[in-house]
Parts: sequence; structure tokens; C-alpha cells
Amino acid sequence: MIRDITLGQYYSVDSPIHRRDPRIKILSVVMYIAALFIVENFIGFVMAAAALGLAVAVSKVPIGFIMRGLKPIIFILIFTFSINIFMINGRVLWKLGFLEVTDNGLYTAAFMSVRLILLIIGTSLLTFTTTPIKLTDGMERLLYPLSKIGVPTHEIAMMMSISLRFIPTLMEETDKIIKAQQARGADFESGNLIARAKSLVPILVPLFVSAFRIALDLAMAMEARCYSGGKNRTRMNGMKINSGDLIFMAANILFFAATITLRIWR
Amino acid sequence: MSIQVRNLSHVYNKGLAAEQKALDNINFDIYDGEVVGIIGHTGSGKSTLLQHLNGLIKADCGNIIIDGKDITKQGISMRDIRRRVGLVFQYPEYQLFEETVAKDVAFGPKNLGLSEAEVESRVREALEMVRIDYDEYGQRSPFELSGGQKRRVAIAGVIAMKPQVLILDEPTAGLDPGAHKDILNLIKDVHERQNNIIILVSHNMEDVANLSDKVMVMDRGKLIMVGTPQEIFSRRDRLEAIALNVPPVTEMMYEVKERGIEIDTSPLNIKSAEDVIYNYLKRIEMNR
Ligand SMILES: Nc1ncnc2c1ncn2[C@@H]1O[C@H](COP(=O)(O)OP(=O)(O)OP(=O)(O)O)[C@@H](O)[C@H]1O
Ligand SMILES: [Mg+2]
Repeated sequence: MIRDITLGQYYSVDSPIHRRDPRIKILSVVMYIAALFIVENFIGFVMAAAALGLAVAVSKVPIGFIMRGLKPIIFILIFTFSINIFMINGRVLWKLGFLEVTDNGLYTAAFMSVRLILLIIGTSLLTFTTTPIKLTDGMERLLYPLSKIGVPTHEIAMMMSISLRFIPTLMEETDKIIKAQQARGADFESGNLIARAKSLVPILVPLFVSAFRIALDLAMAMEARCYSGGKNRTRMNGMKINSGDLIFMAANILFFAATITLRIWR
Repeated sequence: MSIQVRNLSHVYNKGLAAEQKALDNINFDIYDGEVVGIIGHTGSGKSTLLQHLNGLIKADCGNIIIDGKDITKQGISMRDIRRRVGLVFQYPEYQLFEETVAKDVAFGPKNLGLSEAEVESRVREALEMVRIDYDEYGQRSPFELSGGQKRRVAIAGVIAMKPQVLILDEPTAGLDPGAHKDILNLIKDVHERQNNIIILVSHNMEDVANLSDKVMVMDRGKLIMVGTPQEIFSRRDRLEAIALNVPPVTEMMYEVKERGIEIDTSPLNIKSAEDVIYNYLKRIEMNR
């Protein structure tokens, strides 16, 4: 069911990855994403996959859980794969009518898919191992310089943390509404495209109503506790970089440097 | 019409760290025209069980036989099951979506493929049963109603499908005493008129005691007791051990007895408690 979507959830165990400073983790993920777009050959992808595999293994998040997070993007994966495989010129390998599969196309399609998969796993590992609060705290601290030029960094971070916090809640809500409408005989699976789009109305309307209700309740609760934005707010737990964080960061920089070297050296 | 459940089990998130055995080898029978109350602490699996009965959740193993048909078998028409078994969810008012009350109630009957005229008459009948005036409220937006009215409209949406089995998951949760009573009367009313099977989950022991012919007690995914309200609520210690209690009136009788007065603790409602107390006092007076 819809609750199976694990993207953006936090997986609660204790591991060296979970314990890392959120700022370090965010920077690492940014570097990892950059690296994914720098690599362009087989060795590079093997390296990137190995690095991620190591991080996953250390994080103690079960592989099955991570793979379930990939389910919603299967469609996008297939789509990009097919586009790439047929649209790129090169030496023709097979011909199916007017569709041609070329060697370049095959390479690009495969690389693009691997890149996408690693990208999704890499970023979801960040949310699996970091509580939303830590994540946004880290984000806020990283963006801090921007607040000097008038960017409302605290508000942005707060909005992010609230959105993340409510993903599972809204999933649960959606699941409940779908079941309730099914119990009233609603059918989401048959009919043409228009009929199917129309069958979403009984889900979307109650979902929006719920979302607004939740938002209003939350706003009220925040106001009741005198929340009024970032001004003069201090933190209960300061963030401190420890030696483990430094080692983690060093490993990341090493990996990043290696990918760049690999690209230039070729 | 009858329901037989055999060896029903269900596990959520199978194979993951969050694995959760929600139903564990459940067996029971429900016969035609019965009102069944299900009680159990939070998370004991009541809602999970209800959702199995109309096929919203697939059983991991076991059989559910409704009117002689095993709905866990392949190739069973879900539409047919949902026509027979109507399920009113917890907080059903959050599923309203149409522009008008009448249209919302018509959603279910329309999905059954009934004719316009039949849908119309069912909507009127259902709204009348839940005591919402069709002429006054029929063309209003359901979002303008009060909480209790919304709940009744949502229930009407299921009643209008005329299910042979009507299941209600905590239908009175979060209502004020007036609206609470309305809902209970409505359930009795529907039962009298349609003589269907009613399955009711509630945390209110008094309601369960007064409405049900049969009470089922769940604890951590297991069905641990089945019996008449009298039988179930005569086992106060057993119920307390699983974080449940007896109706307030019965509790009072038990406490009076604990203070040394030899009195019958079976009354489940005020009327019968009154009789017991009256007879007791009368006897004392006579002996004087
Ligand atoms: N969709 C789900 N995914 C995973 N676990 C679930 C899901 N729904 C329920 N559970 C778990 O299954 C168990 C039984 O839940 P269920 O909702 O059936 O309890 P309940 O008896 O209806 O409780 P309540 O009185 O609070 O409504 C609980 O431990 C719950 O955490
Ligand atoms: Mg429940």
C-alpha cells in the first residue's frame, strides 16, 4: 500500500552514520551528488556504488527498507532508460522497426539509470539516518551566512522540517481515505484515463481538507507556545564536530578527489 | 447470512524490523441478525480484523467465509463483497468529499451501479434513518455541518448501500453525550429495520453491554473471549488484566460487594442495577 513508501522517513537505529553531525552529512550528500555527475565511466560508477554500499552497511538500515524506497521511482527509471536507449546516436546494435539501439545509447541509458538509483539511495540514506529536526538544524546552520543578506533561513528550515515531519502523517491519512472510499465501492483501477482521474477526486478532496486541518492545528499549537519566527531563538543542544565527523568528512573528500582525478586523468 | 472466520492471521510489514503480528489465529462465527461488540485495548487488532471482513486487507493465512463464500479465495468479486459488507471507519466524517450532502451519500449506491431513481430513494431513506432532514440539508455542503451531523451523514453513506453486514469502528469516538446517544439510537434503528448483522467496535463498555448479543474480546492480536455481555462482564479481573473494564454500573456493584454487602454483580445497566438494589433493600426491610 501507499504506506510502503519509505522515501524521506527516518529509520531509528544507532549507527556511526546516525551519530554524524547533520552538517557533515548534508555536505557529504551534496558532494556525493556532484560526484555522481562527474563520473562517466564504469570504474567511476563502481567506485560510487562501493562507497554508497559501505555507507549503507555501516548505517545498519536494512537493504529491503532502502529498496522499497526505490519502488515509487521505477516508472521514472524505465522512462529515462527508454528515452536514452533509443534517442542517442552511435554504432547500431539492434534495430526494431524505426527504433535503433546504439552502443552509445545503451551506455548512456545504463549510466543514467545507475546514476538515478545511486542518487535516490544516497539522498534517502541522509533522511533514513538523520531525524528531521537534526536535518533542518543542520540546514539552517549551513545556510546561516545567507541570513546576513536578508534570506529568511530560519523560516525556510522550519518549513522544511514541518514538511518532512508530515510526510508519514499524510501517507497514513491517504491510506485511510483510500480504504474508506473503497469500502464505499470506489474503484481506482478500471476505466479509461478520464475515469481514473475522476476517481481521484474522492481521495484528493478529503486529503486536502485533512492537510488544512492539520496545518491549522499545528499553527495554533505553535502560537500557543509563543513561536514567532527565528528571532532570539537559541538551541538546547549545540552542534559539535567531533573526531568521528572529521574522519567521515575526510573519507568523503578523498572519494570526491578520486572521482575528479579519474575524470581528468582519463 | 452468516460469517465464519477460521485461523485468520495477519502480519504488518512482514520481514522488516517493524514487523507486527496484528492478528493471531482468530476463529469465530457470527449468525444472522446478531449484534456483535468487539472490545480490546488500543492496538489489539480490532480495526485490522474489521478491514479483513470486507477485503480491504488480504489475509496472510486463514479463511473468511461470508454467506457461504470464502472471500480469501482468488477471483472473488470485491464489489460483491463491499455490497454485502459495509464498513464505517473510525472518524468517517473525514471521508466526505462531494459538493452536497445528498451527492455524498449517493456515492456508495452509485458505485453499486443502481438506477438514478433507486439511488435517489436510498439517499432519502438513509438520511431519514440518521435523522438528517433531506429538504433542509440535502443540497448543503457537507463541510458546513457540525461534527455530529457530519458523522451521521458519513454513516448514511454506508447505510445507503444496504449492506447485510454493517461494521462500525468506534462510531461514537470524540462525540458529545447528545451526539453519542443519537448514534447509538441510529444503530439500533438500522438494526431493527434491516435486521442485518451489526459489528461494533467500541471503547465504551456500557454501549457494548447494552447493544450486543455477543461480545468478543481481543488482546494483542488474539481473540481471547467470546460470549454474551453477561458472561464477559462477569469476569472483571480477567478484563482488568488486559486493561479493559466493566460498565460503570457493574463496577459500582462490584465495589459495593467488595465492601462486604452480598449483592448480585451482574447488572449491566442502570435499570437492572436499580432492581437489584431495590430488591436487596426490600429484603432487609422485610427482615427487620
Ligand atoms: N497500516 C499499518 N501498518 C503497520 N502496522 C499497523 C498498521 N495498522 C495497524 N498496525 C499495527 O497493528 C496493530 C493492531 O492495530 P489496529 O489498528 O488493528 O488496533 P486497534 O485494536 O484497532 O486499536 P485502536 O483501538 O487504537 O483503534 C497495532 O500494533 C498497530 O500498530
Ligand atoms: Mg482501531
